[in-house]
Amino acid sequence: MNMLIRGGTVIDPGQFHGLGDVFIRAGKIEAIGEHLSIAESDMVELTIIDAQGLVVAPGFVDLHAHLREPGFEHKETIETGASSAVAGGFTSVCCMPNTSPVNDNQAVTEFILSRAKQAGKANIFPIGAITKGSEGVELAEIGDLFAAGCVAISDDGRPVMNSQVMRRAMEYAQAFDLPVVDHCECLHLSDGGCMNEGFVSTELGMPGIPNASEDVMVARNIALAELTGARLHLAHLSTAGSVRLTRQAKANGIPVTAEVCPHHFSLTDEAARDFHANAKMSPPLRSAADVEALKEGLADDTIDTIATDHAPHAIQEKQMEFDKAPFGIVGFETAFPLTMALVEEGVLSLERAIEKLTSAPARAFSLKKGTLAVGSDADVVLLDPSHSWVIDPTQFHSKSQNTPFTGWNVKGKVIKTIVAGTIVYGSD
Amino acid sequence: MGLKTKDLLGVSSLTSDEIRLILETSESFKEVSGREIKKVPALRGKTVVNLFFEPSTRTRTSFELAAKRLSADVINFSPSTSSIVKGETLLDTARNIESMQADIIVLRHSSPGAAETLAKGVRSSVINAGDGWHEHPTQALLDLFTIKERKPNIEGLTVTIVGDIAHSRVARSNIFALTKLGATVRLVAPPTMIPLHVDRFGVSVFSSLDAGLEGADVIIMLRLQLERLGRAFFPSIREYARLYCLTMDRMKRAKPDVMIMHPGPLNRGVEIAPEIADSQSAVILDQVANGVAVRMGLMYLLSGSGQA
Ligand SMILES: [Zn+2]
Repeated sequence: MNMLIRGGTVIDPGQFHGLGDVFIRAGKIEAIGEHLSIAESDMVELTIIDAQGLVVAPGFVDLHAHLREPGFEHKETIETGASSAVAGGFTSVCCMPNTSPVNDNQAVTEFILSRAKQAGKANIFPIGAITKGSEGVELAEIGDLFAAGCVAISDDGRPVMNSQVMRRAMEYAQAFDLPVVDHCECLHLSDGGCMNEGFVSTELGMPGIPNASEDVMVARNIALAELTGARLHLAHLSTAGSVRLTRQAKANGIPVTAEVCPHHFSLTDEAARDFHANAKMSPPLRSAADVEALKEGLADDTIDTIATDHAPHAIQEKQMEFDKAPFGIVGFETAFPLTMALVEEGVLSLERAIEKLTSAPARAFSLKKGTLAVGSDADVVLLDPSHSWVIDPTQFHSKSQNTPFTGWNVKGKVIKTIVAGTIVYGSD
Repeated sequence: MGLKTKDLLGVSSLTSDEIRLILETSESFKEVSGREIKKVPALRGKTVVNLFFEPSTRTRTSFELAAKRLSADVINFSPSTSSIVKGETLLDTARNIESMQADIIVLRHSSPGAAETLAKGVRSSVINAGDGWHEHPTQALLDLFTIKERKPNIEGLTVTIVGDIAHSRVARSNIFALTKLGATVRLVAPPTMIPLHVDRFGVSVFSSLDAGLEGADVIIMLRLQLERLGRAFFPSIREYARLYCLTMDRMKRAKPDVMIMHPGPLNRGVEIAPEIADSQSAVILDQVANGVAVRMGLMYLLSGSGQA
């Protein structure tokens, strides 16, 4: 089956930017250019998509998501997660290992991949655990995880506190050239906190998580990356301090990449004032100064990528008291419009915003994704950057609706998502 | 004139006029407590539910007494953590209680914001009787009431609050209440117990007790939560007492007519010397008595009886 996406503004970051057509044959990008002429033989079974007024870009790549299966299927399954992902324009999703059981062995990785195959829609890339059970003590069988298809390792949510274990993990992972992803949080400094430590937490009497909780671990990890030469990827940066440390590390040539989540550059800790746990995530929403620093970090490429940290939770879980509710919000279906707000604001050009959702994350994890280069998988997204809409979680494709963005008037909509040449979201 | 809202969730959302209204209304109820028959029919036929997720005999008894003196029916509901059905949210529990036709729910809970969450989910009036470290508004109101009995003009008074400010709902509510009425508020604690950016409330912060007591009109001593020991907030009770216990000697730095307050229960010899607790300067028992009057005044206003 062939497909011609005609007349859109094609943005393949760093490669192509202009009016043009994209021709897909047998699930691969066959040609890209202005007024492509299609051979007679390719006209059979040709789907033609009119992309006039739309942006045609590589499908988004998310380096950080929680699909909850196996173990927490009441929050999300790989199938509902994949549906939500493609509705948000994400054609490739890396899923964190904090499932039950933890993805710390080949069998769990294989299970996830087989469920992903059944679900279809998005490409799912599992991230394996750093340590057995993510308990921070013994290394997981990282070689097995790699062989089974894991693209990175992380103990996200239960960060490795023991620096020696982290050092060994970084050394060991180099045998497979696997990036080591750290959720940078010193659990001693967080000390059971549930929101940013600052004036708002002081006023609300809420136990706080200081910026230093993140900063000290970013600093530690950078020191270990310098020591070991490992590929370090810093998950969901939220503080000005970690942006500063990462900028300095990059200037010193240390192999580090970093991501930021849309909620961290869209909201501050003021959002916790109504005590609703939809404003509770880890790391927490920070101050306005931190938000500014994150934007600067995106603008000067200290922060390479935008990742969602999609973290679905059931309604009754998020209805609990703020300090008792679980951390996290859903992210796939709000990421693009929240990123578009940065474009509106002039923080990023549209092309660079798309880069941080496509080619940059693909590069960080060495995924052959996030590009429209001829011969690559035909994962494509059609976007309307100027389309205004109101965020309504009841319309989400995710099983969960835990978002602080309900009722936000946003600009930028995913119109159609194509994976391997097949339309998986949006009518044809 | 009545209160704007159906609930009392915290002092931070009250205006200074509302604070004055509650205090004035409470004065007439103080008189009721002095009568032979300590009962008025103001809340006859109404139901007050004391919903206490944390044990607190003092506060619960005070609310209970206040409600009974107003002739309300009182139900005490103390769900011990074990009896709460797993997965049942605070809101589920509250809706069950509301179906008992509760007019007022008095909530004590360990989570900050619990009262606000509850108030959004039920039609009953909600009184926050303490939510985590957040607020304990009736304590602050009864403290103001007690101060006014001896020093009627709060504006311009210097009030020093001593103790674990970071983990104290009493401190927060008092800071909000006192600053709204124009008092000068000083906080004294080891720096480990001072929350971030607390100066933005318009208070001054001291780590030396002597310096913080200089010329004070009122001293509020907070109870030291002994479970903070071993978590690096302070090295030992001995050293805490040496640095922060209010003694006769230290009290001399304050005004001669200084009032000594404490929300109770006291750790005698830890934050307060026994001879001070029993001295003429201490108004700790007045606070207990006034607690009933203030809670009567508040429930009267919230029940709509205050509306003209
Ligand atoms: Zn994380």
